[in-house]
Amino acid sequence: MKFSFSEEQEEFRTALRRFLQAKSPTTEVRKQMQTEQGYDPAVWQQMCNELALASLHIPEEYGGAGFGIADLSIACEEMGRALLCSPYFGSVVLAATAIREAGSEDQRRQFLPAFAAGETIGALCVVEGRGGWAAEAISMVAQKDGNSYRLSGDKSHVVDGLMASVLVVVAKKPDGELGLFIVKAEADGVSRKAQASMDPTRKLAAVSFSNTPAELLNGDNASGAYERTLDIALACLAGEMVGGAERLREDALEYVSMRMQFGRSIASFQVTKHKAADMLLDVELAKSAAYYAAAAVDEGDADARGVVALAKAGASDAYIQTAVHAVQMHGGIGFTFDNDTHLWFKRAKASEVFLGDANQNRERMLQNWGDDS
Amino acid sequence: MTTMTEDEVRSQVRDYLEANWDPNRGLVEWRGMLAESGWGMPHWPKEWLGRGLPLGMTAIVDEEFNKFGAIGAAKMGIRVLAAATILEHGTDLQKQKYLKGIMTGEETWCQLFSEPGSGSDLAGAATRADFKDGKWIINGQKVWTTSAHHADYALLLARTDWDAVKHKGLSYFILDMHQPGVQVHQLKQMNGHASFNQVFITDATIEANMQVGELGEGWKVATTTLMNERRGADSARRYESGTDRPERIYEEERQEIATVMAPYTWYPQRTGRVDLLIDQAKAMGVWNDPDIRQEIAKTLTIAKSAEWTARRARAASQAGKPQGPEGSIGKLAASIVARSANLTHTKIAGPNAMLTGEEDGAGGVVAEILVSTPAISIAGGTDEIQRNIISERILKMPKENRTDTDRPFRDVPRNQVG
Repeated sequence: MKFSFSEEQEEFRTALRRFLQAKSPTTEVRKQMQTEQGYDPAVWQQMCNELALASLHIPEEYGGAGFGIADLSIACEEMGRALLCSPYFGSVVLAATAIREAGSEDQRRQFLPAFAAGETIGALCVVEGRGGWAAEAISMVAQKDGNSYRLSGDKSHVVDGLMASVLVVVAKKPDGELGLFIVKAEADGVSRKAQASMDPTRKLAAVSFSNTPAELLNGDNASGAYERTLDIALACLAGEMVGGAERLREDALEYVSMRMQFGRSIASFQVTKHKAADMLLDVELAKSAAYYAAAAVDEGDADARGVVALAKAGASDAYIQTAVHAVQMHGGIGFTFDNDTHLWFKRAKASEVFLGDANQNRERMLQNWGDDS
Repeated sequence: MTTMTEDEVRSQVRDYLEANWDPNRGLVEWRGMLAESGWGMPHWPKEWLGRGLPLGMTAIVDEEFNKFGAIGAAKMGIRVLAAATILEHGTDLQKQKYLKGIMTGEETWCQLFSEPGSGSDLAGAATRADFKDGKWIINGQKVWTTSAHHADYALLLARTDWDAVKHKGLSYFILDMHQPGVQVHQLKQMNGHASFNQVFITDATIEANMQVGELGEGWKVATTTLMNERRGADSARRYESGTDRPERIYEEERQEIATVMAPYTWYPQRTGRVDLLIDQAKAMGVWNDPDIRQEIAKTLTIAKSAEWTARRARAASQAGKPQGPEGSIGKLAASIVARSANLTHTKIAGPNAMLTGEEDGAGGVVAEILVSTPAISIAGGTDEIQRNIISERILKMPKENRTDTDRPFRDVPRNQVG
């Protein structure tokens, strides 16, 4: 499955692309990105009810569809292509995955069905500063409170954090080990505010906790749960990014094919053709890595962790490079707000550093590469 | 007079300023006096508000003004290009009517050359000028016009002959912007600023005597404007801030500068702001991160090399040596520097590159860099055009075969706009 999709997967992609073409044209993207909530709840409901998108990678015993990460990544790729404004990445890819990976049997039964139905929107709170999403950069420590815990401190860059009702917080347990904690958004001591995001189609929040009651996700093998969550998220983000890059590439090609200067199509200039060819190369290489990475996670490859990091590093470079070329191919009009190119440019820019930049993921890749890892 | 020595010029300027400079005068009143004396634009001809000094002497005059704290003629914006073009190609009537208002700053100008369908291909302008009942009737659309929203007059390039070949069918006009047929719309950029305008022209009129140069010679006249623009851009665009002195004339100048410079506040950011990299890395606590250090070093390497290339070109020109290739690669190098600086700022900012405005941790400057650098490789000649200039003019490589200059313009394929 690493090198081709099944017929069912192709059909799924086609249906989703058709849905998103109808529900997420750029007129709608521009409308949603200006709101604080940042998405259309009616579209979210259709996504969850009609297409069961929130349930894809949630096991059947917890109300999900029981599909793999490759399927989840296809969904992300199509959403990235359409630049869908939705809490999908924050809720389904990050929060639900964290509960799936870190929760006990009881906790999964308790939380995941509502995630799978799209009734619960969640968010994963990790970042505390410049350290980003690296586990070693987390310094928040949970305090024991009887059988439960209390959290105090600040998290930022929380994707879809403002609309979430369930927060999964990554913090240290009193023993210094990493833990994932469930916090109800309306719990005591939680305060949230929107952060002004470079990419207005993806909403970010700063979330503060002050002696807030929290429940530890205490599955059997909790220690690696955050890393596994990150692996899945990196694979999905790489998918989302190559979807956006491909759309930019196609739109730029369409524009140069239509644009005349010096009495001829600017697509007939060799410099334009070579740039278009380079863009195809960048996008296709990044797509191959993204597809391979998602399948490697599904198949439990020993080197999956290195491979997903490779895919994200590749996507970081390819997406922003494609966006820079796409603006250039549009010329001056590509730098205007009314032209749609900048919407993807900003997603590319924000995605470049989301879950770690290319350098950080290349380092993560090498630390998990080969026999010595 | 034109053979005056530098010292003679200096002493004459000083005598004039000692006798006349008074910071409590109004800006326009003072510049009116400069126009009469010829010291506002000393390189203009004596009969047209100047003193007929060689262009090289103007720097000396400026120096004396600066020593005195005296304000000179209005020189910002398109006005200097308008003046240069009118002086070279305009009629006496046009000189009489416009030069003084240009010099005093009372009247503001814009340039209506670029069109949605003619960007890199400026001579492909398709705005129409049709002669009817003794007047020119103008129809078309212009774009990338700075200051159009408060301009009084425009330098207009329009097509008067559709049967002539491309460069021979254009004529050059002065358009009065204050008329119902001229509609100006601001054009917002991806970085949120609105520095340019679109200008929609519908049955606007121009008197027959406001054509500049001969009919069909518009491209030649426009070349004068563009050469002056390039000269102005080359002489290191200053980001003027005026002085903080309290007298009336300085206050009026500050207001003028603020109005003219308003569209350009983000311009420093489009260069990538290499100057901020090290301080930002320290502020974000990543100055000791070896990855980040490599990125900064790579960006600094090309930025410094580009700066030294520009200085090498200046040194050669000052020594009177012929210009080598180093004089032509600056614009392209600036694009590469800006792109590299953008990526390095992104890596320094880390997760904060996802934020905008004040939340970027640098007062919004870094966030503005990240969405402004694409402009540098488009504005003022795209990277693609720069590469053509380098390969064809410097390296003498053969030009592309052209199919747009050998036939009547009406037969040249082009996009229909509007």
